[in-house]
Amino acid sequence: MSVLSKIFTAIRGGARETGESIVDANAVRIFEQEIHDSKNHIKKAKDSLTSVMAEKMQAARKLDATQNDISENEQYVSKALEKGDEALALAVAEKISTLETNLLEQQTIHDSCANHIEKLKAQVQAAERQISDNERQLNMIKTTENVHKATSAISDNFASSGSKIVNAKESLERIKKRQQMREDKLKAAQELNSDNFENSLQDKLKEAGIVNDGSSSANAVLERLKAKQ
Amino acid sequence: MNLQDLSLHFSNLNMEGYQFDCQFIPGEVEVLQVVIEGFEEIPVYISATDTQILCISYLWSEDEVVTETKAEMLEAMLDMNIPMPLSAFSRIQDRYVIFGALSINSRVDDIVHEVTTLGENSVEALSIMTDFLK
Repeated sequence: MSVLSKIFTAIRGGARETGESIVDANAVRIFEQEIHDSKNHIKKAKDSLTSVMAEKMQAARKLDATQNDISENEQYVSKALEKGDEALALAVAEKISTLETNLLEQQTIHDSCANHIEKLKAQVQAAERQISDNERQLNMIKTTENVHKATSAISDNFASSGSKIVNAKESLERIKKRQQMREDKLKAAQELNSDNFENSLQDKLKEAGIVNDGSSSANAVLERLKAKQ
Repeated sequence: MNLQDLSLHFSNLNMEGYQFDCQFIPGEVEVLQVVIEGFEEIPVYISATDTQILCISYLWSEDEVVTETKAEMLEAMLDMNIPMPLSAFSRIQDRYVIFGALSINSRVDDIVHEVTTLGENSVEALSIMTDFLK
């Protein structure tokens, strides 16, 4: 049963609620061992692969050499027959026969090497996939354990520091209040800034005599009222 | 990934307009608590395994869930998993969480980005799911 299945079973069985450690303590060790063994296996397979490949190359060379020998001797037979020397032709033909037997042997060796190589390559591939899968499962275990322990550490930390775990709605309220306050402050600051800008602009206009100063209009009003009397 | 180094990096950082406050929680598994300025109620907890860096935000617990609409809530969480960038809903013991997992070889900037995204997603998730909570 894969780790994910085990974790799922444990959760359904209530382990999540009690906060129990979900995975068997040995599991980590077992996976790590399997990964280690698989890696060793791959190394051995690769070593074998190297030597069998070398054997195959050697067999191929011998095959070639024997084939060339046969071809050469076949030519000698032709020549001997042309000369009418049957005895010589027969002697060379015997040699060819032996060579052909060798050829067969060498071909068998070559093919057997090729076969062996394919098997070893398949083994290496299978082992690599196994490692990948084991690492994935190990990852699951370690993550689950990590989160479990981290949560304990955090809870303990809360308990010891005496802070109250506030509920979600209250938390949201506080955050929103703070955001609102910040926005209001920002808005106020912007308004203040534009007020100041307005005021300083007003001052400049007054200085330039462009805008009517409050005091001069009061004088004008007084004059007007005096004139009435 | 050394959590202590990560902690220093966060503290000195002012990236994407955020500021961070870090606290290192020792234990059998080391945890780094990162508090994002403005989101003090939802710290992000970072821990590491051989292959992953896990960032987790705790949202609410089982006893805050309205039982009648729980199935609907769970379906909503499943539906929202893909739209939420770099984060997914999950459950650890009796707490519902949002988490993100990164490769152990991630750059520090990637981790920071994950943390800020988680923070933003958490607040949004709380808003969206609030009707399902007591």
